[in-house]
Amino acid sequence: MSQKTLRKGNEALAEGAIRAGARFFAGYPITPQNEVPEYMAAYMADAGGAFVQAESEIAAINMVYGAAATGTRSMTSSSSPGISLKQEGITYLASADLPCLIVNVMRGGPGLGSIGGAQGDYFQATRGGGNGDYHIIVLAPNSVEELGNFPKLGFELAEKYRMPCMILADGILGQMMESMAFNFDPIDPNKLGKFDWAVDIEKNGRPKRKVFSYKGDNLIADVTERAKRYGLIEKTEARYEERNTADCDVLLVAYGLSSRACLEAVNHAKEQGIKVGLFRPITLWPFPSKRLLELAGKVKAIVAVEQSLGQMVQDVKLAVGDKAPVYLKAYPAGGQPEGAAILAAAQAALNGKTDGLFDLQRHAEGFSYECKRDLSLGVQGDRKGGNK
Amino acid sequence: MSTILAQKPKSMTDVPMHYCPGCGHGIVHRLMGEAFDELNIAARVIGVAPVGCAVFADDYFACDMVQGAHGRGPAIATGIKRSKPNAIVFSYQGDGDLASIGMAEIVHAAVRSENITVIFINNAIYGMTGGQMAPTTLVGQIATTAPKGRDPKLQGWPINMCEMLSQITGAKYLERVAVDTPQHVMAAKKAIKKAFENQVKGVGFSMVEVISQCPTNWHANVEQALEFVRTQMMPQYPLGVFKDEGAN
Repeated sequence: MSQKTLRKGNEALAEGAIRAGARFFAGYPITPQNEVPEYMAAYMADAGGAFVQAESEIAAINMVYGAAATGTRSMTSSSSPGISLKQEGITYLASADLPCLIVNVMRGGPGLGSIGGAQGDYFQATRGGGNGDYHIIVLAPNSVEELGNFPKLGFELAEKYRMPCMILADGILGQMMESMAFNFDPIDPNKLGKFDWAVDIEKNGRPKRKVFSYKGDNLIADVTERAKRYGLIEKTEARYEERNTADCDVLLVAYGLSSRACLEAVNHAKEQGIKVGLFRPITLWPFPSKRLLELAGKVKAIVAVEQSLGQMVQDVKLAVGDKAPVYLKAYPAGGQPEGAAILAAAQAALNGKTDGLFDLQRHAEGFSYECKRDLSLGVQGDRKGGNK
Repeated sequence: MSTILAQKPKSMTDVPMHYCPGCGHGIVHRLMGEAFDELNIAARVIGVAPVGCAVFADDYFACDMVQGAHGRGPAIATGIKRSKPNAIVFSYQGDGDLASIGMAEIVHAAVRSENITVIFINNAIYGMTGGQMAPTTLVGQIATTAPKGRDPKLQGWPINMCEMLSQITGAKYLERVAVDTPQHVMAAKKAIKKAFENQVKGVGFSMVEVISQCPTNWHANVEQALEFVRTQMMPQYPLGVFKDEGAN
């Protein structure tokens, strides 16, 4: 436990990770997460750990692969384009059943995109991201306090299930300052038990250990075993938060920073006598589908709110099926959600006036996003037209 | 009474190797095993096996082993060494692995002077994938992706890693050896042992480049392959010590 202090999101995360026993960090500069490696450079050595500024995000995640193989609480952080580079290492970590913590302070994409906060990496995070059949656990904080406290949860889940865990934050969360407290005492990793799979130099006559990714003829058995673990995780580790869901007509579904704007909408709605609730997935994988389905049976409409073209909304639809109409209020490419507009969207969904909302049930008839698209440019990339 | 004159190093397992007849990998593995035994470091060794022909090297050494992604051995070894500073960590890599896809990782491991040992097998060809052109393929050498032979106009020239890395301050020991004759094998043994001894002493980044033969993908018999090493490989890749700051 700690006193409440004012901290920047990225610094709370870095301090929280050291307190949680992280003793290896490798990273590469990229905005808007630079405070994380900078904090690690300043404090990791004092904690008895190692900080390496890697030559690339690819090298950084592979350094984490090596450190994690020794059983050390190991982590890296980056932002969207850098996380794309790390996907090679992440799929290897998944294949070798190595626990580690990966932080994505998301920015606008695709490509170099922008440096502002965004939520465009949901698919990449929740669908594996690299090649092959695998999942990683994905935690979505929505406050500086959660940024500081989730590294401990992340390491514990990663080690329990022997798989990578990602904290999916965004540029606004990483950069903003809030009052926060750590809800746990600093952990001495030397007092944590040793793993029976980690490579080490204290062998004491035990058989050799191998951490490896090539499974060859054993691949089917290997992936099948992992799938059983995934099933257990989906059953037992889904986390979420609810606001005003007991008796709401419209249910907002949002994670991370978007959920903060939704809270504003929920509070405004209450003042105006409109029944709007919020369901906030805290784990994005596993997605808390079971509870969402229960709630869907009690509401008239669901509005997914996210800072992307609409990614999480697919998990919402998969979870609720036809129990309730699902709409999307999208803020693509780092557009910032705002309470009044979300409330207007909730009211529109309730009244069935869904212009400007993406209604998944009417997907086939076409849909419109909140963002305006200028279609007057004609066909982009027409070689003859000389559109450069 | 019988006397044992030669036997497998204790640092190696009894798993039969999968390498082709005439290949140099097995010789180098054995030299490494002998070095571990003689330096009495076997219990402390943690190795990194590559992607490529030596992908199963994690089965052949008796020490704990980690096998990772293509080219990333030096980064993985960095993570292991920084987490377990008392471990003796090696990265075993081929030429495509080290000099092409993993160029950044090897250069920056040297720049940081990671106190690790790199064993670099240069046979001028991609072996496991079936004979494609490597960064070290010789001018005129035929490969499946250079069917008319490597043409500098199209594919540039072979890269000399020891010479290149010798420009890096953090690279402390660089030697190129071969395993084509008993004399060269003995010299290779000495170099490999020294590269591990350096790590025990905390000297910093040490790499031994081994010019090795690949009869299968050179489409040669063993005799011809050894001849190719001497007449074609060695003029491009002269043997010798390129850097030795271990004593300083």
